[in-house]
Amino acid sequence: MSRETLIDLLYLFSATTFVLALKGLGSPKRARYGNVVAAFGMLVAVVATFFKYVDGHPLHHVGLILLAMLIGVLIAVPVARFVKMTAMPQLVAIFNGVGGGAACLVSITEFVHIKSSHPATYVILEVLLGVLIGTVSFSGSAIAFAKLQELMTGRPVTYPGQQVINALVGAASLVLIVIILVTGSEVLLWILLLLAFVLGIAFVLPIGGADVPVLISLLNAFTGLAVAASGFTLGSNLLIVAGTLVGASGILLTRMMSKAMGRSLSNVLFSAFGSVITASGDTTRDDGRSVRSGSPEDAGVMLNYASRVVIIPGYGLAVAQAQHVVRELAEELEHKGIEVFFAIHPVAGRMPGHMNVLLAEANVPYEQLIEMDEANAELATADVALVVGANDTVNPAAVDDKTSPIYGMPIIHADLAENVLFLKRSMRPGFAGIENELLYNPKTTLIFGDAKDTLTKILATVKTG
Amino acid sequence: MGNALLQYATVLMLSIFVGIEIISKVPSILHTPLMSGSNAIHGVIVVGSMLILGAANTNLEEVLGFLAVLLGTLNVVGGFVVTDRMLEMFKPKAKSAPKNTDEVAP
Repeated sequence: MSRETLIDLLYLFSATTFVLALKGLGSPKRARYGNVVAAFGMLVAVVATFFKYVDGHPLHHVGLILLAMLIGVLIAVPVARFVKMTAMPQLVAIFNGVGGGAACLVSITEFVHIKSSHPATYVILEVLLGVLIGTVSFSGSAIAFAKLQELMTGRPVTYPGQQVINALVGAASLVLIVIILVTGSEVLLWILLLLAFVLGIAFVLPIGGADVPVLISLLNAFTGLAVAASGFTLGSNLLIVAGTLVGASGILLTRMMSKAMGRSLSNVLFSAFGSVITASGDTTRDDGRSVRSGSPEDAGVMLNYASRVVIIPGYGLAVAQAQHVVRELAEELEHKGIEVFFAIHPVAGRMPGHMNVLLAEANVPYEQLIEMDEANAELATADVALVVGANDTVNPAAVDDKTSPIYGMPIIHADLAENVLFLKRSMRPGFAGIENELLYNPKTTLIFGDAKDTLTKILATVKTG
Repeated sequence: MGNALLQYATVLMLSIFVGIEIISKVPSILHTPLMSGSNAIHGVIVVGSMLILGAANTNLEEVLGFLAVLLGTLNVVGGFVVTDRMLEMFKPKAKSAPKNTDEVAP
Protein backbone atom coordinates (compact mmCIF):
# COMPACT_ATOMS: atom_id res chain seq x y z
CA MET A 1 0.00 0.00 0.00
CA SER A 2 1.41 3.37 -0.93
CA ARG A 3 1.91 6.12 1.61
CA GLU A 4 -0.86 8.27 0.12
CA THR A 5 -3.38 5.43 0.22
CA LEU A 6 -2.58 4.74 3.86
CA ILE A 7 -3.01 8.41 4.75
CA ASP A 8 -6.31 8.52 2.87
CA LEU A 9 -7.50 5.45 4.77
CA LEU A 10 -6.63 7.13 8.04
CA TYR A 11 -8.59 10.19 6.90
CA LEU A 12 -11.52 7.92 6.12
CA PHE A 13 -11.24 6.55 9.64
CA SER A 14 -11.29 10.12 11.03
CA ALA A 15 -14.33 11.06 8.96
CA THR A 16 -16.11 7.99 10.32
CA THR A 17 -15.33 8.98 13.90
CA PHE A 18 -16.88 12.41 13.24
CA VAL A 19 -20.12 10.81 12.08
CA LEU A 20 -20.15 8.50 15.11
CA ALA A 21 -19.38 11.43 17.38
CA LEU A 22 -22.28 13.54 16.13
CA LYS A 23 -24.51 10.53 16.54
CA GLY A 24 -23.24 9.97 20.08
CA LEU A 25 -23.73 13.61 21.01
CA GLY A 26 -27.43 13.10 20.45
CA SER A 27 -27.82 10.80 23.43
CA PRO A 28 -27.09 11.75 27.05
CA LYS A 29 -25.40 8.43 27.82
CA ARG A 30 -23.03 8.34 24.87
CA ALA A 31 -22.41 12.05 24.40
CA ARG A 32 -19.12 12.23 26.26
CA TYR A 33 -17.89 9.09 24.60
CA GLY A 34 -18.83 10.60 21.24
CA ASN A 35 -16.75 13.68 21.91
CA VAL A 36 -13.72 11.60 22.90
CA VAL A 37 -14.09 9.49 19.76
CA ALA A 38 -14.08 12.62 17.59
CA ALA A 39 -11.05 14.00 19.42
CA PHE A 40 -9.20 10.74 18.79
CA GLY A 41 -10.18 10.78 15.12
CA MET A 42 -8.91 14.36 14.90
CA LEU A 43 -5.57 13.37 16.45
CA VAL A 44 -5.20 10.55 13.93
CA ALA A 45 -5.89 12.98 11.07
CA VAL A 46 -3.39 15.54 12.34
CA VAL A 47 -0.63 12.96 12.87
CA ALA A 48 -1.26 11.40 9.46
CA THR A 49 -1.02 14.83 7.83
CA PHE A 50 2.57 15.23 9.04
CA PHE A 51 3.51 12.36 6.71
CA LYS A 52 1.68 13.73 3.71
CA TYR A 53 3.37 14.99 0.56
CA VAL A 54 2.27 18.32 -0.93
CA ASP A 55 3.33 19.45 -4.41
CA GLY A 56 5.49 16.33 -4.54
CA HIS A 57 7.59 16.95 -1.46
CA PRO A 58 7.19 16.26 2.28
CA LEU A 59 5.69 19.08 4.38
CA HIS A 60 7.91 22.13 4.68
CA HIS A 61 8.05 24.21 7.85
CA VAL A 62 7.27 21.32 10.20
CA GLY A 63 8.91 23.32 13.00
CA LEU A 64 6.63 26.29 12.34
CA ILE A 65 3.58 24.02 12.26
CA LEU A 66 4.50 22.54 15.64
CA LEU A 67 5.21 25.99 17.06
CA ALA A 68 1.81 27.34 15.94
CA MET A 69 0.11 24.27 17.39
CA LEU A 70 1.97 24.61 20.67
CA ILE A 71 0.90 28.25 21.02
CA GLY A 72 -2.66 27.27 20.16
CA VAL A 73 -2.77 24.52 22.77
CA LEU A 74 -1.21 26.74 25.44
CA ILE A 75 -3.94 29.35 24.87
CA ALA A 76 -6.94 27.11 24.24
CA VAL A 77 -6.65 24.60 27.07
CA PRO A 78 -6.53 27.03 30.03
CA VAL A 79 -9.23 29.23 28.48
CA ALA A 80 -11.53 26.27 27.85
CA ARG A 81 -10.86 24.75 31.26
CA PHE A 82 -11.20 27.73 33.52
CA VAL A 83 -13.79 30.03 32.00
CA LYS A 84 -16.97 30.10 34.08
CA MET A 85 -19.87 27.94 32.96
CA THR A 86 -22.08 30.99 32.56
CA ALA A 87 -19.65 32.27 29.93
CA MET A 88 -20.00 29.12 27.85
CA PRO A 89 -21.98 30.67 24.95
CA GLN A 90 -19.39 33.36 24.24
CA LEU A 91 -16.63 30.77 24.49
CA VAL A 92 -18.28 28.67 21.80
CA ALA A 93 -18.68 31.86 19.76
CA ILE A 94 -15.00 32.69 19.93
CA PHE A 95 -13.78 29.17 19.15
CA ASN A 96 -16.16 29.13 16.23
CA GLY A 97 -14.92 32.51 15.02
CA VAL A 98 -11.27 31.44 14.93
CA GLY A 99 -12.28 28.36 12.96
CA GLY A 100 -13.95 30.61 10.39
CA GLY A 101 -10.81 32.75 10.36
CA ALA A 102 -8.64 29.70 9.74
CA ALA A 103 -10.86 28.53 6.87
CA CYS A 104 -10.63 31.98 5.30
CA LEU A 105 -6.82 32.05 5.65
CA VAL A 106 -6.53 28.60 4.11
CA SER A 107 -8.57 29.71 1.10
CA ILE A 108 -6.61 32.96 0.64
CA THR A 109 -3.24 31.28 0.95
CA GLU A 110 -4.21 28.60 -1.51
CA PHE A 111 -5.25 31.32 -3.95
CA VAL A 112 -1.89 33.07 -3.57
CA HIS A 113 -0.16 29.72 -3.96
CA ILE A 114 -1.87 28.56 -7.14
CA LYS A 115 -2.68 31.82 -8.95
CA SER A 116 0.46 31.67 -11.13
CA SER A 117 -0.68 28.31 -12.53
CA HIS A 118 -3.95 29.80 -13.89
CA PRO A 119 -6.40 27.61 -11.96
CA ALA A 120 -9.80 26.69 -13.38
CA THR A 121 -12.70 29.03 -12.71
CA TYR A 122 -14.43 26.60 -10.36
CA VAL A 123 -11.30 26.42 -8.20
CA ILE A 124 -11.33 30.20 -7.84
CA LEU A 125 -15.04 30.08 -7.02
CA GLU A 126 -14.34 27.61 -4.19
CA VAL A 127 -11.61 29.88 -2.87
CA LEU A 128 -13.87 32.94 -2.95
CA LEU A 129 -16.73 31.14 -1.21
CA GLY A 130 -14.33 29.97 1.49
CA VAL A 131 -13.08 33.54 1.98
CA LEU A 132 -16.57 35.04 2.03
CA ILE A 133 -18.22 32.54 4.37
CA GLY A 134 -15.21 32.10 6.64
CA THR A 135 -14.78 35.84 7.11
CA VAL A 136 -18.47 36.47 7.78
CA SER A 137 -18.32 33.74 10.41
CA PHE A 138 -15.17 35.27 11.91
CA SER A 139 -16.35 38.86 12.24
CA GLY A 140 -19.92 37.83 13.08
CA SER A 141 -18.69 35.62 15.91
CA ALA A 142 -16.53 38.45 17.21
CA ILE A 143 -19.56 40.73 17.50
CA ALA A 144 -21.63 37.90 19.03
CA PHE A 145 -18.85 37.43 21.57
CA ALA A 146 -18.82 41.16 22.36
CA LYS A 147 -22.58 41.14 22.87
CA LEU A 148 -22.59 38.14 25.20
CA GLN A 149 -19.53 39.32 27.10
CA GLU A 150 -21.31 42.68 27.46
CA LEU A 151 -18.44 44.54 25.87
CA MET A 152 -21.20 46.25 23.89
CA THR A 153 -24.94 46.57 24.27
CA GLY A 154 -26.90 43.33 24.03
CA ARG A 155 -29.80 45.21 22.45
CA PRO A 156 -30.19 45.26 18.69
CA VAL A 157 -28.19 48.05 17.08
CA THR A 158 -30.30 49.63 14.39
CA TYR A 159 -30.04 52.66 12.12
CA PRO A 160 -32.19 53.96 9.28
CA GLY A 161 -31.91 52.00 6.07
CA GLN A 162 -30.01 49.19 7.80
CA GLN A 163 -31.56 46.36 5.85
CA VAL A 164 -31.03 48.18 2.55
CA ILE A 165 -27.38 48.84 3.40
CA ASN A 166 -26.83 45.21 4.45
CA ALA A 167 -28.45 44.00 1.26
CA LEU A 168 -26.20 46.31 -0.75
CA VAL A 169 -23.05 45.06 0.99
CA GLY A 170 -24.16 41.49 0.36
CA ALA A 171 -24.92 42.21 -3.30
CA ALA A 172 -21.60 44.04 -3.70
CA SER A 173 -19.76 40.95 -2.39
CA LEU A 174 -21.48 38.74 -4.94
CA VAL A 175 -20.72 41.17 -7.78
CA LEU A 176 -17.10 41.30 -6.65
CA ILE A 177 -16.94 37.50 -6.72
CA VAL A 178 -18.09 37.50 -10.32
CA ILE A 179 -15.51 40.15 -11.26
CA ILE A 180 -12.70 38.21 -9.58
CA LEU A 181 -13.82 35.03 -11.36
CA VAL A 182 -13.45 36.82 -14.68
CA THR A 183 -10.27 38.79 -14.00
CA GLY A 184 -8.51 36.59 -11.42
CA SER A 185 -7.36 39.79 -9.68
CA GLU A 186 -5.57 39.34 -6.36
CA VAL A 187 -6.13 42.96 -5.28
CA LEU A 188 -9.89 42.49 -5.55
CA LEU A 189 -9.58 39.38 -3.37
CA TRP A 190 -8.36 41.54 -0.50
CA ILE A 191 -11.25 43.96 -1.09
CA LEU A 192 -13.64 41.01 -0.94
CA LEU A 193 -12.05 40.04 2.37
CA LEU A 194 -12.71 43.54 3.72
CA LEU A 195 -16.26 43.56 2.42
CA ALA A 196 -16.99 40.15 3.97
CA PHE A 197 -15.62 41.39 7.26
CA VAL A 198 -18.02 44.37 7.19
CA LEU A 199 -20.87 42.10 6.13
CA GLY A 200 -20.37 39.81 9.15
CA ILE A 201 -20.53 42.77 11.52
CA ALA A 202 -23.50 44.41 9.79
CA PHE A 203 -25.37 41.09 9.77
CA VAL A 204 -24.99 40.55 13.52
CA LEU A 205 -25.48 44.10 14.87
CA PRO A 206 -29.30 44.17 14.62
CA ILE A 207 -29.69 40.82 16.39
CA GLY A 208 -30.68 41.13 20.04
CA GLY A 209 -28.81 39.45 22.89
CA ALA A 210 -31.56 36.90 23.52
CA ASP A 211 -31.25 35.64 19.96
CA VAL A 212 -27.47 35.46 19.84
CA PRO A 213 -27.38 31.71 20.65
CA VAL A 214 -29.40 30.98 17.51
CA LEU A 215 -26.99 33.19 15.65
CA ILE A 216 -23.94 31.36 17.02
CA SER A 217 -25.45 28.10 15.89
CA LEU A 218 -25.91 29.58 12.41
CA LEU A 219 -22.36 30.94 12.33
CA ASN A 220 -21.16 27.51 13.44
CA ALA A 221 -22.89 26.05 10.40
CA PHE A 222 -21.29 28.78 8.24
CA THR A 223 -17.82 27.84 9.46
CA GLY A 224 -18.60 24.24 8.58
CA LEU A 225 -19.50 25.31 5.04
CA ALA A 226 -16.35 27.45 4.78
CA VAL A 227 -14.30 24.40 5.83
CA ALA A 228 -16.07 22.33 3.18
CA ALA A 229 -15.22 25.01 0.58
CA SER A 230 -11.56 24.83 1.64
CA GLY A 231 -11.83 21.07 1.29
CA PHE A 232 -12.86 21.50 -2.35
CA THR A 233 -9.93 23.83 -2.99
CA LEU A 234 -7.39 21.53 -1.34
CA GLY A 235 -8.99 18.39 -2.74
CA SER A 236 -9.52 16.91 0.71
CA ASN A 237 -12.42 14.56 1.27
CA LEU A 238 -11.87 14.77 5.01
CA LEU A 239 -12.47 18.52 5.08
CA ILE A 240 -15.47 18.22 2.79
CA VAL A 241 -17.10 15.52 4.92
CA ALA A 242 -16.43 17.19 8.28
CA GLY A 243 -17.35 20.68 7.08
CA THR A 244 -20.53 19.55 5.38
CA LEU A 245 -21.63 17.44 8.35
CA VAL A 246 -21.30 20.48 10.58
CA GLY A 247 -22.89 22.78 8.02
CA ALA A 248 -25.94 20.59 7.43
CA SER A 249 -26.51 19.57 11.04
CA GLY A 250 -25.81 23.13 12.18
CA ILE A 251 -28.48 24.61 9.96
CA LEU A 252 -30.97 22.02 11.19
CA LEU A 253 -29.99 22.73 14.79
CA THR A 254 -30.43 26.46 14.18
CA ARG A 255 -33.94 25.86 12.91
CA MET A 256 -34.76 23.69 15.93
CA MET A 257 -33.59 26.45 18.22
CA SER A 258 -35.66 29.18 16.63
CA LYS A 259 -38.62 26.82 16.61
CA ALA A 260 -38.20 26.35 20.36
CA MET A 261 -38.68 30.10 20.63
CA GLY A 262 -41.77 29.92 18.47
CA ARG A 263 -40.23 32.06 15.76
CA SER A 264 -38.96 31.58 12.27
CA LEU A 265 -35.29 31.89 11.49
CA SER A 266 -35.83 34.93 9.27
CA ASN A 267 -37.74 36.57 12.09
CA VAL A 268 -34.77 36.00 14.39
CA LEU A 269 -32.28 37.34 11.88
CA PHE A 270 -34.04 40.34 10.42
CA SER A 271 -36.61 41.71 12.85
CA ALA A 272 -34.34 43.47 15.40
CA PHE A 273 -36.39 41.71 18.05
CA GLY A 274 -36.42 43.27 21.51
CA SER A 275 -35.48 46.78 20.48
CA VAL A 276 -38.65 48.17 22.06
CA ILE A 277 -38.20 48.67 25.75
CA THR A 278 -41.16 48.91 28.06
CA ALA A 279 -39.29 49.03 31.33
CA SER A 280 -40.91 50.33 34.45
CA GLY A 281 -39.24 50.94 37.77
CA ASP A 282 -42.04 50.77 40.33
CA THR A 283 -44.01 48.01 41.90
CA THR A 284 -47.21 49.88 41.11
CA ARG A 285 -48.25 50.49 37.54
CA ASP A 286 -50.05 53.51 36.18
CA ASP A 287 -53.27 51.58 35.90
CA GLY A 288 -53.21 51.02 39.63
CA ARG A 289 -52.51 47.31 39.55
CA SER A 290 -50.17 46.26 42.28
CA VAL A 291 -48.15 43.20 42.91
CA ARG A 292 -47.99 41.13 46.05
CA SER A 293 -44.57 40.79 47.55
CA GLY A 294 -43.40 38.64 50.42
CA SER A 295 -40.33 37.80 52.43
CA PRO A 296 -38.07 34.81 51.91
CA GLU A 297 -39.38 33.44 55.20
CA ASP A 298 -42.94 33.44 53.83
CA ALA A 299 -41.66 31.54 50.84
CA GLY A 300 -39.86 29.01 53.05
CA VAL A 301 -43.02 28.35 55.02
CA MET A 302 -45.05 27.95 51.84
CA LEU A 303 -42.57 25.43 50.47
CA ASN A 304 -42.65 23.46 53.70
CA TYR A 305 -46.38 22.96 53.34
CA ALA A 306 -46.15 21.90 49.73
CA SER A 307 -46.06 18.30 48.58
CA ARG A 308 -45.01 19.02 45.01
CA VAL A 309 -42.71 21.82 43.92
CA VAL A 310 -41.63 22.76 40.42
CA ILE A 311 -38.60 25.00 40.18
CA ILE A 312 -38.39 27.09 37.01
CA PRO A 313 -34.86 28.40 36.57
CA GLY A 314 -33.74 31.06 34.14
CA TYR A 315 -30.62 32.93 33.24
CA GLY A 316 -30.95 35.11 36.37
CA LEU A 317 -30.16 32.01 38.41
CA ALA A 318 -26.89 31.63 36.58
CA VAL A 319 -26.02 35.32 36.84
CA ALA A 320 -26.54 35.20 40.60
CA GLN A 321 -24.44 31.98 40.75
CA ALA A 322 -27.33 30.48 42.68
CA GLN A 323 -27.35 27.01 41.08
CA HIS A 324 -25.65 25.40 44.07
CA VAL A 325 -28.04 26.93 46.60
CA VAL A 326 -31.03 25.90 44.54
CA ARG A 327 -29.70 22.34 44.42
CA GLU A 328 -29.33 22.36 48.24
CA LEU A 329 -32.86 23.65 48.56
CA ALA A 330 -34.14 20.89 46.26
CA GLU A 331 -32.26 18.26 48.27
CA GLU A 332 -33.63 19.60 51.53
CA LEU A 333 -37.20 19.54 50.20
CA GLU A 334 -36.78 16.00 48.87
CA HIS A 335 -35.39 15.02 52.25
CA LYS A 336 -38.69 16.14 53.73
CA GLY A 337 -40.60 14.00 51.29
CA ILE A 338 -41.57 16.83 48.98
CA GLU A 339 -41.40 16.05 45.27
CA VAL A 340 -39.17 18.46 43.38
CA PHE A 341 -38.74 18.96 39.65
CA PHE A 342 -36.76 21.45 37.62
CA ALA A 343 -38.75 22.63 34.63
CA ILE A 344 -36.39 23.49 31.84
CA HIS A 345 -37.58 25.67 29.02
CA PRO A 346 -35.78 24.82 25.78
CA VAL A 347 -34.25 28.30 25.60
CA ALA A 348 -33.73 28.90 29.32
CA GLY A 349 -30.36 30.47 29.89
CA ARG A 350 -28.72 31.84 26.81
CA MET A 351 -28.46 28.71 24.74
CA PRO A 352 -30.73 25.74 24.36
CA GLY A 353 -29.64 23.23 26.97
CA HIS A 354 -27.52 25.86 28.75
CA MET A 355 -29.59 25.58 31.91
CA ASN A 356 -29.17 21.81 31.99
CA VAL A 357 -25.43 22.25 31.83
CA LEU A 358 -25.45 24.77 34.67
CA LEU A 359 -27.67 22.62 36.88
CA ALA A 360 -25.71 19.48 36.08
CA GLU A 361 -22.60 21.37 37.15
CA ALA A 362 -24.29 21.96 40.50
CA ASN A 363 -24.96 18.19 40.75
CA VAL A 364 -28.70 18.36 40.25
CA PRO A 365 -29.58 14.79 39.25
CA TYR A 366 -30.43 14.40 35.60
CA GLU A 367 -33.74 12.73 36.47
CA GLN A 368 -35.07 15.84 38.20
CA LEU A 369 -34.74 17.93 35.06
CA ILE A 370 -37.92 17.78 33.02
CA GLU A 371 -38.63 19.37 29.68
CA MET A 372 -41.33 21.89 28.97
CA ASP A 373 -44.23 19.62 27.96
CA GLU A 374 -43.74 17.29 30.87
CA ALA A 375 -43.31 20.29 33.15
CA ASN A 376 -46.64 21.74 32.12
CA ALA A 377 -48.32 18.44 32.97
CA GLU A 378 -46.63 18.38 36.38
CA LEU A 379 -47.47 22.02 37.10
CA ALA A 380 -51.20 21.35 36.97
CA THR A 381 -50.89 19.32 40.16
CA ALA A 382 -48.06 21.28 41.77
CA ASP A 383 -48.53 23.29 44.94
CA VAL A 384 -45.76 25.76 44.28
CA ALA A 385 -44.02 26.95 41.16
CA LEU A 386 -40.76 28.59 42.15
CA VAL A 387 -39.55 30.92 39.41
CA VAL A 388 -35.89 31.80 39.83
CA GLY A 389 -34.40 34.29 37.41
CA ALA A 390 -36.72 33.32 34.56
CA ASN A 391 -39.07 35.81 33.00
CA ASP A 392 -39.90 35.64 29.30
CA THR A 393 -40.15 31.85 29.40
CA VAL A 394 -43.08 32.05 31.85
CA ASN A 395 -44.73 35.12 30.36
CA PRO A 396 -48.42 34.42 29.56
CA ALA A 397 -48.32 37.21 26.96
CA ALA A 398 -46.77 34.63 24.64
CA VAL A 399 -50.12 32.81 24.74
CA ASP A 400 -52.75 35.52 24.90
CA ASP A 401 -51.33 38.81 23.67
CA LYS A 402 -51.19 38.87 19.90
CA THR A 403 -49.37 42.20 19.89
CA SER A 404 -46.55 40.92 22.07
CA PRO A 405 -43.24 40.32 20.31
CA ILE A 406 -42.97 36.90 21.95
CA TYR A 407 -46.49 35.86 20.92
CA GLY A 408 -46.41 32.24 19.84
CA MET A 409 -43.40 31.20 21.88
CA PRO A 410 -44.19 28.08 23.90
CA ILE A 411 -43.94 28.83 27.61
CA ILE A 412 -43.89 27.04 30.92
CA HIS A 413 -47.30 27.62 32.48
CA ALA A 414 -46.22 28.54 35.98
CA ASP A 415 -49.71 29.95 36.62
CA LEU A 416 -51.17 26.43 36.54
CA ALA A 417 -49.66 25.75 39.95
CA GLU A 418 -51.55 26.53 43.14
CA ASN A 419 -49.06 29.25 44.07
CA VAL A 420 -46.30 31.02 42.24
CA LEU A 421 -43.19 32.26 44.01
CA PHE A 422 -41.42 34.68 41.73
CA LEU A 423 -37.86 35.51 42.74
CA LYS A 424 -36.85 38.74 41.10
CA ARG A 425 -34.13 41.32 41.39
CA SER A 426 -36.38 44.22 40.45
CA MET A 427 -39.44 44.99 38.37
CA ARG A 428 -37.27 45.31 35.28
CA PRO A 429 -38.54 43.25 32.37
CA GLY A 430 -36.60 40.29 31.02
CA PHE A 431 -34.17 39.94 28.15
CA ALA A 432 -36.84 40.48 25.53
CA GLY A 433 -37.82 43.74 27.23
CA ILE A 434 -41.52 43.00 27.72
CA GLU A 435 -43.86 43.35 30.67
CA ASN A 436 -44.83 40.10 32.39
CA GLU A 437 -48.51 39.63 33.31
CA LEU A 438 -47.64 36.77 35.61
CA LEU A 439 -46.31 39.28 38.13
CA TYR A 440 -49.82 40.68 38.61
CA ASN A 441 -51.51 37.29 38.91
CA PRO A 442 -53.25 36.95 42.30
CA LYS A 443 -51.52 33.59 42.77
CA THR A 444 -48.13 35.21 42.52
CA THR A 445 -45.96 36.28 45.42
CA LEU A 446 -42.90 38.30 44.48
CA ILE A 447 -39.75 38.03 46.48
CA PHE A 448 -37.34 40.80 45.65
CA GLY A 449 -33.62 40.53 46.02
CA ASP A 450 -30.57 38.76 44.74
CA ALA A 451 -31.52 35.19 43.85
CA LYS A 452 -28.67 33.68 45.82
CA ASP A 453 -29.38 35.65 49.02
CA THR A 454 -33.08 34.98 48.78
CA LEU A 455 -32.61 31.27 48.20
CA THR A 456 -30.17 31.03 51.10
CA LYS A 457 -32.76 32.63 53.38
CA ILE A 458 -35.51 30.36 52.05
CA LEU A 459 -33.29 27.35 52.62
CA ALA A 460 -32.67 28.42 56.23
CA THR A 461 -36.42 28.72 56.84
CA VAL A 462 -37.12 25.36 55.22
CA LYS A 463 -34.46 23.70 57.40
CA THR A 464 -35.92 25.02 60.63
CA GLY A 465 -39.53 24.49 59.60
CA MET B 1 -14.61 20.03 -14.82
CA GLY B 2 -12.82 16.83 -13.93
CA ASN B 3 -13.77 13.59 -12.32
CA ALA B 4 -12.26 14.79 -9.06
CA LEU B 5 -14.79 17.61 -8.82
CA LEU B 6 -17.65 15.17 -9.44
CA GLN B 7 -16.33 12.89 -6.76
CA TYR B 8 -16.12 15.79 -4.27
CA ALA B 9 -19.64 16.86 -5.17
CA THR B 10 -20.87 13.33 -4.49
CA VAL B 11 -19.20 13.34 -1.08
CA LEU B 12 -20.75 16.74 -0.42
CA MET B 13 -24.28 15.62 -1.24
CA LEU B 14 -24.06 12.45 0.82
CA SER B 15 -22.57 14.33 3.76
CA ILE B 16 -25.45 16.78 3.72
CA PHE B 17 -27.95 13.96 4.11
CA VAL B 18 -25.91 12.20 6.78
CA GLY B 19 -25.55 15.49 8.66
CA ILE B 20 -29.28 16.06 8.68
CA GLU B 21 -30.14 12.45 9.47
CA ILE B 22 -27.86 11.91 12.47
CA ILE B 23 -28.99 14.89 14.48
CA SER B 24 -32.69 14.84 13.79
CA LYS B 25 -33.53 13.14 17.10
CA VAL B 26 -31.47 15.10 19.58
CA PRO B 27 -33.19 16.04 22.86
CA SER B 28 -33.11 19.82 23.37
CA ILE B 29 -31.01 19.47 26.53
CA LEU B 30 -28.12 18.32 24.38
CA HIS B 31 -28.35 21.17 21.89
CA THR B 32 -25.58 23.19 23.50
CA PRO B 33 -23.12 20.28 23.78
CA LEU B 34 -23.98 19.28 20.23
CA MET B 35 -23.29 22.77 18.94
CA SER B 36 -20.03 22.82 20.84
CA GLY B 37 -19.07 19.35 19.66
CA SER B 38 -19.71 20.15 16.02
CA ASN B 39 -17.77 23.38 16.56
CA ALA B 40 -14.79 21.21 17.50
CA ILE B 41 -15.28 18.98 14.46
CA HIS B 42 -15.01 21.84 11.99
CA GLY B 43 -11.68 22.44 13.67
CA VAL B 44 -10.48 19.84 11.18
CA ILE B 45 -9.53 22.96 9.22
CA VAL B 46 -6.26 22.61 11.13
CA VAL B 47 -5.42 19.75 8.74
CA GLY B 48 -5.98 22.08 5.78
CA SER B 49 -3.88 24.73 7.52
CA MET B 50 -1.00 22.26 7.94
CA LEU B 51 -1.07 21.46 4.23
CA ILE B 52 -1.08 25.18 3.40
CA LEU B 53 1.86 26.02 5.65
CA GLY B 54 3.63 22.85 4.54
CA ALA B 55 3.44 23.98 0.92
CA ALA B 56 4.26 27.65 1.55
CA ASN B 57 6.89 29.15 -0.79
CA THR B 58 6.77 32.86 0.02
CA ASN B 59 6.88 34.87 3.22
CA LEU B 60 3.26 35.93 2.75
CA GLU B 61 2.14 32.31 2.50
CA GLU B 62 4.22 31.41 5.55
CA VAL B 63 2.67 34.16 7.68
CA LEU B 64 -0.88 33.37 6.57
CA GLY B 65 -0.30 29.63 6.97
CA PHE B 66 1.17 30.06 10.42
CA LEU B 67 -1.85 32.10 11.51
CA ALA B 68 -4.17 29.50 9.99
CA VAL B 69 -2.55 26.65 11.95
CA LEU B 70 -2.69 28.72 15.12
CA LEU B 71 -6.37 29.62 14.71
CA GLY B 72 -7.26 26.08 13.64
CA THR B 73 -5.56 24.64 16.72
CA LEU B 74 -7.45 27.06 18.96
CA ASN B 75 -10.69 25.94 17.34
CA VAL B 76 -10.08 22.23 17.58
CA VAL B 77 -8.47 22.06 21.02
CA GLY B 78 -10.75 24.63 22.63
CA GLY B 79 -13.78 23.02 21.04
CA PHE B 80 -13.10 19.53 22.34
CA VAL B 81 -12.07 20.66 25.83
CA VAL B 82 -15.15 22.85 26.28
CA THR B 83 -17.45 20.11 25.05
CA ASP B 84 -15.85 17.58 27.35
CA ARG B 85 -16.26 19.95 30.26
CA MET B 86 -19.95 20.40 29.49
CA LEU B 87 -20.58 16.68 29.13
CA GLU B 88 -18.61 15.81 32.24
CA MET B 89 -21.56 17.29 34.10
CA PHE B 90 -24.16 14.94 32.74
CA LYS B 91 -23.37 12.34 35.33
CA PRO B 92 -25.88 9.65 36.18
CA LYS B 93 -27.57 10.01 39.55
CA ALA B 94 -25.15 9.02 42.33
CA LYS B 95 -27.78 8.40 44.96
CA SER B 96 -25.76 5.75 46.77
CA ALA B 97 -23.12 8.30 47.70
CA PRO B 98 -23.51 9.45 51.29
CA LYS B 99 -24.98 12.89 51.79
CA ASN B 100 -22.80 15.70 53.04
CA THR B 101 -21.85 15.37 56.66
CA ASP B 102 -23.34 18.73 57.60
CA GLU B 103 -26.11 18.34 60.11
CA VAL B 104 -29.72 18.77 59.17
CA ALA B 105 -31.76 20.29 61.97
CA PRO B 106 -34.47 17.89 63.01
